[in-house]
Amino acid sequence: MRSKAIGVAFLGVAAIALSLGLTGLGSAQDGVNSNSSTSAAEIERYRKMIDDPMANPGFLNVDRGEALWSEARGEKNVSLETCDLGEGPGVLDGAYAKLPRYFKDADQVMDLEQRLLWCMEKIQAFDTKPIRAKPFSGPGRGSDMEDLVAFIANKSSGMKIEAQLAYPKEKELYEIGEALFFRRSAVMDFSCATCHGAANKRIRTTDLPQFDVPNKSAQASMGSWPTYRVSQSATRTMQHRLWDCYRQMRMPAPGYGSEAVTAITLYLNKSAEGGELKVPSIKR
Amino acid sequence: MKTPFIALTAIALATSASAAGEGPTVDAARVDKTVASSFTNLPEGWDDRLKQDEAQRICSETRNQPSEAQAEKIVEAEKSKVQMPADGKVVGDWKAGEKVAQNGRGFQFSDPAGTEAGGNCYACHQLDPKETSYGTLGPSLKGYGKAFKFSEEAAKATYAKIYDAQAVLACSNMPRFGSNHVLTEKQIKDVTAYLFDPQSPVNK
Repeated sequence: MRSKAIGVAFLGVAAIALSLGLTGLGSAQDGVNSNSSTSAAEIERYRKMIDDPMANPGFLNVDRGEALWSEARGEKNVSLETCDLGEGPGVLDGAYAKLPRYFKDADQVMDLEQRLLWCMEKIQAFDTKPIRAKPFSGPGRGSDMEDLVAFIANKSSGMKIEAQLAYPKEKELYEIGEALFFRRSAVMDFSCATCHGAANKRIRTTDLPQFDVPNKSAQASMGSWPTYRVSQSATRTMQHRLWDCYRQMRMPAPGYGSEAVTAITLYLNKSAEGGELKVPSIKR
Repeated sequence: MKTPFIALTAIALATSASAAGEGPTVDAARVDKTVASSFTNLPEGWDDRLKQDEAQRICSETRNQPSEAQAEKIVEAEKSKVQMPADGKVVGDWKAGEKVAQNGRGFQFSDPAGTEAGGNCYACHQLDPKETSYGTLGPSLKGYGKAFKFSEEAAKATYAKIYDAQAVLACSNMPRFGSNHVLTEKQIKDVTAYLFDPQSPVNK
């Protein structure tokens, strides 16, 4: 377990490294004389520079999440420590690697964030309405969900992603996820597959993982969430990633913890099956 | 109108005939239910974003591999949507076209009301060889107008392609910028100029 002191001490180093990295990237993009191979090399150099777990502010979320997990809250004034994330009440090790999965008590397939909301409501009688309305952190505003997800996902770090498809409801949701992945709509006719349905493609200079078939790029991508986004100064979860994808697809915002997001996550996990989780990661 | 894209269309049809899509395994009504229950926070006038038109439905169900008959049906329907400029001129201002090609804003729920939409061409295509930040989802369009010898006919076909990519190729990944009212007639003329003006950096 990483101590809080280490996290804080290395944050200063992180800030310096990140600003250096950003400077390097900026000059590569602005310079008209640089060619695309220089640009790609600069981006790779920047990636390596920030990919240092000891300098990753996402571990501050891990620490906060650990405190939140054991804090008595809600009308019942109890902690989340009896919450069953699929591996048994209170069992955290390896739980995230097998989510989304079917929960008999809810008769529903849930991802980690849906399950946490469910536990908050059922175990703590915690009012989740404000969370559902503003689930993501913003300038000057933290997010309990980002903290809890970072903490719990970190307990699966080093483990392999296992897509759960044994229960009929898991199989059904996977198929819904697959249909949504290919579903074209809105003014630009985009689906997930528009950008993630072929190997080795880019948007601008951003490499795109492929998700329509099992492959290494899918494993690397799904194994990296939640992640600390340097450009957003925040730790982001898969719920946020897909919310942002739908924004770029010119679709309305999907609801936080909605069925569509969990369905797509399950589909993506299947393509990423066997990928190693290294979380929270850090990226641009 | 003769277009330089006829050959491309023929290739696409041949591909679709040989590689039939696996097709959906879940009931479409069940998927619609998920969409309806998941996207409930709709800005005013956004209801249509959740619905699919005929082309979107067929392309989704067939994984962008429509049958020959489906492809013909889509191309015919989309062709009827293409409106060529009344003045007959398809080549506008390439400098304005460059701005449209660079601009990725518009129609996102994060965009303030009244945001002018761009074509975001660089997200998917290489154009000006000096621009290093370009995507690879679409083919490189470097030297595009020059390759077509700046022909008026090719420029018209290109205007039509940008206006409605599926009037040329069913289930193309490219947005239907004119038919879906993403870009204006002037913007499409300007992007056509970015591709076809001999002075444009695309052709340098």
